[in-house]
Amino acid sequence: MPPDPQPAATPGNEAVAEQVFAALADPTRRAILAALASGGPATATDLAARLPITRQAIAKHLALLAQAGLVTAEPGERRRVRYRVRSAPMQVAQQFLAALARDWDSPLGALQDHLDRTAAPPLYETRGHHG
Amino acid sequence: MSFPDRIERTVELAHPPAAVWAALTTAEGLAGWFGNEAAIDLRPGGAAWMRWTGEGFTANMRVERVEEPRVFGFTWHIYGLPDDDPRRTYVEFTLEPVAAGTRLTVVESGFAQLPDDAHRKSYDGNAEGWAKELGELAGYLDAA
Repeated sequence: MPPDPQPAATPGNEAVAEQVFAALADPTRRAILAALASGGPATATDLAARLPITRQAIAKHLALLAQAGLVTAEPGERRRVRYRVRSAPMQVAQQFLAALARDWDSPLGALQDHLDRTAAPPLYETRGHHG
Repeated sequence: MSFPDRIERTVELAHPPAAVWAALTTAEGLAGWFGNEAAIDLRPGGAAWMRWTGEGFTANMRVERVEEPRVFGFTWHIYGLPDDDPRRTYVEFTLEPVAAGTRLTVVESGFAQLPDDAHRKSYDGNAEGWAKELGELAGYLDAA
């Protein structure tokens, strides 16, 4: 059975994706997320040692990212809070990117060429249009 | 901002529906225009795949609707999501005979579906599990 028709974008995942894209649009928050993604969970102090950003600014951005649900805070060593990237909202954003990145025009153009090449002579000499 | 849940395209092809149907639903057809290699078990629930040899990428599909020669539907994985993510989009081709040949409509839907909470929990669980495995490996190596 084909799946049930999916509801249009709900405020829920639309809002989640918006949080992700808003965070990524800011160079500081992008750098923090990139550092957490590549190096794994880290404290504000760890990040300050790796990025050309003050610890205070990093802490402020981490708090915003945690509030938006893009990172989670967890207990780290020496009672410092450690942050890790949450994959779930990133995957919601990725679904939206998948829709933008899906290219049907090229395959359909290739289908047209394939049929012209291999199938019986076209019914008409003029080629159909696509798009 | 508003993202699309569905993508729709219509093309007019100067070939009869039977020729278009063969291009969409046979391994030879699919390998001729979509992927570089393909296999298909043409029945609802049947497995199909296409491989792009240049990219080294394989798309696995599940055949959902087979109503020759008018409707062919399959689901596939959402590109970019982890392999074990259960979310899939549904692709449906509709063939309509017209004087010039075939009007082909393709609709792909499901881009805006909500993530499955149960899966999200298990995924976060896996991430923690992985960190735990690494910890155990470190302990094992330290002890050795």
